[in-house]
Amino acid sequence: MRGGVAAFTLGFAAPRFLCDAALAQGAGFRNLVVVYLAGGNDSLSMLVPYRDPFYAARRPTLAVPAGQALQIGTDSAGNELGLHPRLTGLKTIFNEGRLALIQRTGYENSSRSHFEGTDIWSTAKPESTQGPGWLGRYLDSIPAPVDPLSAWNTAGETPRALQAQTVAVPSILNPATYAFQSPNGTAEAENERACAIRMSSHLPIERPHLSFVNASAQAAFATLDRVAQVGAYAPSITYPNNGFALALRAVAGALSAQIGTRVFWVQTGGYDTHAAQNTLNGSYATLMTTLNDGLTAFYQDLSNQGLMNDTLVLQFSEFGRRVSENGSNGTDHGAGSVMMAFGGQVRGGLYGTAPSLSPDPANPTLENGANDVRHETDFRSVYARVLDQWLGTDSAGILGGDFRSGSPEFL
Amino acid sequence: MTYDPRIQHLLRRAGFGATAAEAAYYSQRGVAAAIDELVNFGRVADDVDARFAAGEPLSPSSVINDARQRWLFRMVSTRRPLQEKMALFWHNHFATAYSKVAGRVGGPEATRMMCAKSAEHPAGIRGQLELFRDYALPNFRDLLTEVARDPAMLVWLDGRANTKVRPQENFAREIMELFTIGVGQFVEADVYAGARVFTGWNLQQIGNRDDPNAFYQFFYNAAQHDTNAKAFSFAIYGNGGRTIPARAAAGGMQDGLDLIAALARHPETARRLARKLWSFFVSEVQPPDERFVEQIATVYLQSDCHMASTVRAVLLSREFQAQSSHFARYSWPVEYVARALKEVGYAGYPLNNALSPLSNMGQQLFEPPDVGGWTLGPSWFSTAGMLARMNFASNLVGRQRTDIGRAATGNGATPEALLSFYLDRLTPAPYERAAYEDLLAYLRGGAPWTGTEAQLRVKAPGLLHLIVGSSEYQLV
Repeated sequence: MRGGVAAFTLGFAAPRFLCDAALAQGAGFRNLVVVYLAGGNDSLSMLVPYRDPFYAARRPTLAVPAGQALQIGTDSAGNELGLHPRLTGLKTIFNEGRLALIQRTGYENSSRSHFEGTDIWSTAKPESTQGPGWLGRYLDSIPAPVDPLSAWNTAGETPRALQAQTVAVPSILNPATYAFQSPNGTAEAENERACAIRMSSHLPIERPHLSFVNASAQAAFATLDRVAQVGAYAPSITYPNNGFALALRAVAGALSAQIGTRVFWVQTGGYDTHAAQNTLNGSYATLMTTLNDGLTAFYQDLSNQGLMNDTLVLQFSEFGRRVSENGSNGTDHGAGSVMMAFGGQVRGGLYGTAPSLSPDPANPTLENGANDVRHETDFRSVYARVLDQWLGTDSAGILGGDFRSGSPEFL
Repeated sequence: MTYDPRIQHLLRRAGFGATAAEAAYYSQRGVAAAIDELVNFGRVADDVDARFAAGEPLSPSSVINDARQRWLFRMVSTRRPLQEKMALFWHNHFATAYSKVAGRVGGPEATRMMCAKSAEHPAGIRGQLELFRDYALPNFRDLLTEVARDPAMLVWLDGRANTKVRPQENFAREIMELFTIGVGQFVEADVYAGARVFTGWNLQQIGNRDDPNAFYQFFYNAAQHDTNAKAFSFAIYGNGGRTIPARAAAGGMQDGLDLIAALARHPETARRLARKLWSFFVSEVQPPDERFVEQIATVYLQSDCHMASTVRAVLLSREFQAQSSHFARYSWPVEYVARALKEVGYAGYPLNNALSPLSNMGQQLFEPPDVGGWTLGPSWFSTAGMLARMNFASNLVGRQRTDIGRAATGNGATPEALLSFYLDRLTPAPYERAAYEDLLAYLRGGAPWTGTEAQLRVKAPGLLHLIVGSSEYQLV
């Protein structure tokens, strides 16, 4: 929370945990699933400019050959593009017109640091990454009392983007084990639970850090019973057995049970591919398989239940990677990257233009001596579109500025 | 049986809490002598491994979960608590994750690289954790040098592939951004120059690839060292020179030693370490006091990067000793677990039981989320993290039920007596009146109080679960 504890507890009004209120808030509500690819995604391997005359030369071992890229047509500048060969399911969604790929997203003076980069994408404030995250600020804008299940983080720590002042976002990795245990039998266990709930209800204002921990315990207790419903979820299709897919399965379960959550956070790591990236059959290929199979299963499961029209998936990473491969068959930290959005109401297609990979230092689509991809679309304009057109709020208020101009029209 | 609260505070911070015997021992010595003994831990005998080996047979030098148990056992039972606390500090500072290393060299070799004792290695090479123990409090520059040559680090940040044809930036970036001077103190060109400095700092495999006794060791590969000069944006030498001169390949390792020395004595490294030590030892409630930071940074620089002097100055500081610093940190999951084990008792408790809960709390040893280490402070307290702590308390108390019931017998004449008995033995932050009354109400709830053994067998574990699972107990 980085110094946000005092602000948090002052703003934290003990919420009224009314299940019906949550249901009323949740039923028919649009939801957003943010997918974070941790480590800096090599977007040139995900969305491949296979005809670029410099592509293979700058990536002698990593380039995806034209014959293997899943060709999806050309962007507005006439660049021919293809998806990574493992993204077969996403190509189907693209063909259905429900997947948008937004090229060269980023910001000026892109940070090459994982931590600063993630903070910038999380707070949407490149100039100073203090305070709550951009999704946290959205949650703070929901009229009180805020349902503690308004957002659901499937990762271990609360991601910066979801840190808010008025609500402690629950982290629920596995709904089936999200329960309060006791050393004693049923009746006494109930007594313990009742006592623990009472103890966590005290939020002494002069002890903000204690109140913060109590508020977290309180939010846990307030969400246990509804989350237990999700633990019993029987999806319409089988999900792969990995952490990413199981997190998406939990999200689908929450949507299916209509427990009222509006924002979900899912992340998957391993994208810091400095060495042995092996795009076609090694570690990057595995990353793409995990990404594709998880997202495709999620899309099919929700589509089967008629829930995809209320769902928007938005993918990002903290930076793209360098254009030229390094000596260890990997890629180092770069700048601009690709964002994906898909959902039942997304206008699919290729947005923005691919970079030219020419090593000429004057190449305007690259930066840092033509080493890194230069951004064309400010990532905040993508957030602005999601906030305005999907979540129905005022993006300028939440982002602290008007980023609507030039925003890609995928919604 | 009330112990000196200043000693309890010291042992929570410079150790993992205290058993009753330890609290009594250090209380009798007094704060100054206790600090002296903690810092000069080399004088204290170390018999932990013999005691660990006497337990159930495990393979802590080749199986990572066994290594996790061994480390936890040491945290709980060492008589050199500050050494272990600093090893944990360095593990977070030089955060290296087993999973990536294992993906490259296999599980047994990765476990050996992360945490084998030198006696357990065919060539006597110590694992990374042993490095952190050996350099827990000596010179930071020496530690940094050892880390740069550490096999696990060379795999983790890809230094093993750093060659003059294609320099590898990963380690060069992180040694500046995370291990020393911090973001904002260097430019991209320094990262490229730094990568070239460490070209040839590679690994070599000794023994046949299929031989189970084969292993990797550090290897300065002169043929892969970039011999050109490297220019930096900050001073490398005492005379202010910013360029590492061109050198013959054979002596090119000196490039790295020059850069490490420059980074170690950089004033921003001193300040960053001082701020990290503030959060680790003094307070996460108050931001680092700038006067404190300058004072500790000065000790560090004047002692030529000597961590024992630096940490001693932290522990002796007014800010550390202040009452307002008591319970002003959010315990890391391993701090919480180790302290609960020490205070509740762990005789016969399988430490393996603690591993999944630790993971659910967000801290699996040898598996930090990334090279930046764990996100500390309030971030530990997601709802799932808090639930995992309450549930660990339940598991521990449930397993130790017999011992707990026995100890409570004779101390539970009234609910007040039982509560007071535990509040003397456990060290939660003070309860406000309302929370205290909640605990009493729990004891009074259900059947009328009789204080019989049968009632204590239920209520004592229940009460301990509530205390150890309470928010007050999460603060250290």
